[in-house]
Amino acid sequence: MSMLHTVNKSPFERNALDSCIKHALPGSAILLIEDGVYAAIKGTAHEGMVRDSMANHSLYVLGPDLLARGMSPEQVIDGISVVDYGGFVDLAVNHDKVQSWL
Amino acid sequence: MKFGILINEGPYQHQASDSAYLFTKAAIEKGHEIFRVFFYNDGVNNGTRLAVPPQDDRNITVRWSELAQQHNIDMVICIAAAQRRGLLDEGEAKRQGKDANNIAPGFRISGLGQLIEAGIQCDRLVVFGD
Repeated sequence: MSMLHTVNKSPFERNALDSCIKHALPGSAILLIEDGVYAAIKGTAHEGMVRDSMANHSLYVLGPDLLARGMSPEQVIDGISVVDYGGFVDLAVNHDKVQSWL
Repeated sequence: MKFGILINEGPYQHQASDSAYLFTKAAIEKGHEIFRVFFYNDGVNNGTRLAVPPQDDRNITVRWSELAQQHNIDMVICIAAAQRRGLLDEGEAKRQGKDANNIAPGFRISGLGQLIEAGIQCDRLVVFGD
C-alpha cells in the first residue's frame, strides 16, 4: 500500500506542496487540507504544477475547508476528488501511513 | 482500525485542533478506535479549563472533553510542554508549589513515552500542526 500525504499550506505561502510532490513516490495520495485547498483551485499560478503531479499521484481536497474559505467544488481542478472528513478517514485507512507536510 | 492523533498547535490560533477534532469524530462515526490523542508543544493549551471563549463560538476544550467522555478516549498532554506553558493538574500544582491547577476534564498529563507508545500501538498516527 502507498502513503497518504496531507498538505495544509497554501502554495502561495510555502513550498510544502511542491516538496511533497517531489518526494512522494508514484502512486501516493495527496490530500489538500486547511490552507492547502488553495492549490486545488482552477486558474491559479500553481495549476500547472498540480495538474502535472496528477500523472503520478491521486489528488484529493477536503470539501469543508474549501467551503470555509468561500470556494466551491465547481472551482476545483478536474481530476481532484473532493472528500469530507469521513473521506479523509477512509484515505488514512486505505494507505499504509499518513505523512503530514507541516 | 486503531488511530493515534497528535496535535501540535493551540486552540483559536491555528486550525490544527479543529481539523483533528473533526477527523477524530469522523473516525469514531466510522467505527474506528481512537487509541490516544496526544497534545504536544502549544497543543497543550487545548487542555486548560480556565479559558472562556465567546458563547457564540465553539468551545474547543469542552468539545474535546465531551468527546473523550462519550467515547472513552485517552487524551494526554506532554508534561514538559505543559510545565513551560503553565498547564498543571492537581499533582503537578502541588509538586511545583503552585496555588491552583487548570487541567480540563478528560485530559491527563504524562510524558513523551505516551506518544511513542501510540506510534507503536496504532495502525495510523495522524499529525495535525502548523
